[in-house]
Amino acid sequence: MSENNRHHPQQNHFCPAETMSEDEDPCRPSPPPPPPPPEPVSKKTRNCAAVHPSPHSDRVLEIVLEHVLQFLTVRRDRNAASLVCKSWYRTEALTRSDVFIGNCYSVSPARVTTRFPRVRSVVIKGRPRFADFNLMPQNWGAHFGPWVATMGKAYPLLERVYLKRMSLTDRDLCLLADSFTKFKDLVLVCCEGFGTSGLAAVASKCRQLRVLDLSDTEVLYDGVDWISCFPEGETCLESLIFDCVECPINFEALESLVVRSPALKKLRLNREVSIGQLYRLVVRAPSLTHLGTGAFGHPEPQDPNDQEMDYGSAFSACKSLVCLSGFREVMPEYLPAIHSICTNLMSLNLSYANIGVEQFKLLIQHCCRLQVLWVLDSVCDEGLQAVAATCRDLRELRVFPLNAQEDVEGPVSEVGLQAISEGCPKLESILYFCQRMTNAAVVAMSNNCPDLVVFRLCIMGRHQPDHITGAPMDEGFGAIVMNCKKLTRLAISGLLTDRAFAYIGRYGKLVRTLSVAFAGDSDTGLKYVLEGCPKLQKLEIRDSPFGDAALLSGLHHYYNMRFLWMSTCQLSQRGCEEVARALPRLAVELLSYEENEEMDNETVDVLYMYRSLQGPRDDAPQFVRIL
Amino acid sequence: MEGSRKGAVDMLAGADLSLGLPGGDGAKLDFVRTGCKRGFSATEVDLKLDLNAKESPSSVEKVKPADPARPPAKAQVVGWPPVRSYRKNVMAHNNKNSSDEDQAAEKGVASGAAAALSFVKVSMDGAPYLRKIDLKMYKTYKELSDALGKMFGSFTAGNYEAHQGMIDFMNENKLKGLLNSSDYVSTYEDKDGDWMLVGDVPWEMFIASCKRLRIMKGSEAIGLAPRAMEKCKGRG
Repeated sequence: MSENNRHHPQQNHFCPAETMSEDEDPCRPSPPPPPPPPEPVSKKTRNCAAVHPSPHSDRVLEIVLEHVLQFLTVRRDRNAASLVCKSWYRTEALTRSDVFIGNCYSVSPARVTTRFPRVRSVVIKGRPRFADFNLMPQNWGAHFGPWVATMGKAYPLLERVYLKRMSLTDRDLCLLADSFTKFKDLVLVCCEGFGTSGLAAVASKCRQLRVLDLSDTEVLYDGVDWISCFPEGETCLESLIFDCVECPINFEALESLVVRSPALKKLRLNREVSIGQLYRLVVRAPSLTHLGTGAFGHPEPQDPNDQEMDYGSAFSACKSLVCLSGFREVMPEYLPAIHSICTNLMSLNLSYANIGVEQFKLLIQHCCRLQVLWVLDSVCDEGLQAVAATCRDLRELRVFPLNAQEDVEGPVSEVGLQAISEGCPKLESILYFCQRMTNAAVVAMSNNCPDLVVFRLCIMGRHQPDHITGAPMDEGFGAIVMNCKKLTRLAISGLLTDRAFAYIGRYGKLVRTLSVAFAGDSDTGLKYVLEGCPKLQKLEIRDSPFGDAALLSGLHHYYNMRFLWMSTCQLSQRGCEEVARALPRLAVELLSYEENEEMDNETVDVLYMYRSLQGPRDDAPQFVRIL
Repeated sequence: MEGSRKGAVDMLAGADLSLGLPGGDGAKLDFVRTGCKRGFSATEVDLKLDLNAKESPSSVEKVKPADPARPPAKAQVVGWPPVRSYRKNVMAHNNKNSSDEDQAAEKGVASGAAAALSFVKVSMDGAPYLRKIDLKMYKTYKELSDALGKMFGSFTAGNYEAHQGMIDFMNENKLKGLLNSSDYVSTYEDKDGDWMLVGDVPWEMFIASCKRLRIMKGSEAIGLAPRAMEKCKGRG
């Protein structure tokens, strides 16, 4: 599978792959940013006219252009092409089949469908990431409804919809299923608002459905048995991912579905599926490449008289398996069954599996080809040392906390990080939760892993300094931005002064996404970043002492950004109003945490601002004020 | 937890205590951070650091935060650490050892919207910043009192800890004594906008109606006392 040979550090490996990574350069699917350049347009047409006076030749040129532009798939290139002249703009618009909308409120559905009439695939992203952590009140927006309504009429041949952090209803899904007869791929990441009825509509009406992927998406169980709603006979299903769906599953229907889906390559089960049921599926689908194992255990104690199933053989028959996840309620005694396939694995997600150090070491020692590993910190520093010893090819590591609290003893620390940096020099992406860290380990990683593109360190205790020296974590993060020349995404934590921001502003020239929490001393910190990071796209800040002066220092850059989020900082309404006045095409939203509270002039709970061509949205709830 | 004076309500309504500054240079260092919900231990540490941004951090003292000053595990901040609720709930479910966590997780799953709204601001007279807490983290007044004591204890020089747990509404003399002292009492603003003594009503009713908490000196809380006193008298 090409996807596995070429690891993309920005893709969420255990979410269905985006065709376009988040961190490519910004796309503006709508007309060029203000002001559009008028001169090149006229010059080009004049030249064209001079060289090719006959209309027939013009048309030939356009046809040639159409054919050539079809080879342009990267949206950055397409955006550039659209700016050349009117003719190119038109042709590019006609030939663009994939539209990426990084912020659903940056442009209206009508504007998109007007400009791009022949779209087959659409990616729409809604809420900002901090909404995942309850920092945004419910019902803020990001509704799919208006999009499906408009696209339903404009794009009858639409094949693919990818949504991230959007709200959609059962009705929206029904409309989708009814509108698009050739619909193939539905991918929903971090979405919510619908239930099993909506899934049933898609399953039953989309006869050419190839991909149905739900990741970290909340699905309400309204009693409908959606698995049974797939049509009889062979299906086109290639990917069925529902590991996050917390609903009971009709297993017989699922088994029957798997059996009549010969093209199925990716199957991720929810935790309702026991290991015994998993066995039955795996023996029927040995050509799976991606498997989410469901519970990997069983709720009831097994009858000792039951024939012991040969799980080991079942799994070893899956020669194509490269990506393994699940283990939602793992019983460690069954883990040896997968040892035989570990050597083939490129991706392993144990981040829901609370297994001990020894069990983990037994498993990981076989995973010599592993490129992506997600684990819980219950594997301890010792487990990470085992990873470092075996997984020399590791590109992406995520270590999640078993116990997501501030005040507890943490099983992983700088020791694990140091070991990984020494054993995995090809590391490109890391997310590491811990309770304590040292600058030395972070510096070591910056030196040992020069290919790092994503560095996200979350020291869970707020304002935690280097636990050995007591110094702020400035030097560690400074080394990361200095030494990791490819870095585009950074999340910082621990005790941090303005100096850390000075480093980021000075060296983080490729940084596109920056997450800041409980950091910095003064406005100067934020100023360093806004003035120093020309590629900054997404900036999310919480609980840091940055005020109006800092906010205003970024005016030159905000039109180039996807969004800015600042919550519980020191912004005032006046400051935000000034930004809104200076930048009319910026939607400046002030959100309030408390219902019915009058927003006083001294404090802004949340500032969320983003460039937008459509003006203030009309679906904002009461707690949102758009300046 | 004791009550507050009704007359103090006017002060309270206007007083965003995040701006309240005790005088002096020591407090000035904290000024840059007012309004920002900082960790307790950091405040302790930072008061010793020279935080002029222009100076090089080499002048920063190496200080280790004292353990007792760290915020208690229960006084958690919204959305921190940044782990998605789905993951938190799943891990709580799997963590069959801790039934407390299960309950919390179920609450989280069931009341996603409500959860966000059970956060209330807590302010204390004389403290330069506000805190925000999730009332659903606690099950009794005692737990809340303990948490608040740890959060704000250093500002009261021990006067707060003396009055953990529910006010003894039964004992009129004890209540009077409390409200005449300079010890701190806890008050809350309920849904109607009235300021009440904490401990007045059953816990469930309290968390359903509490919008905001304020810790103030007992002597300032006398305005609320008549209501409490009446209740005492009523019980004989």
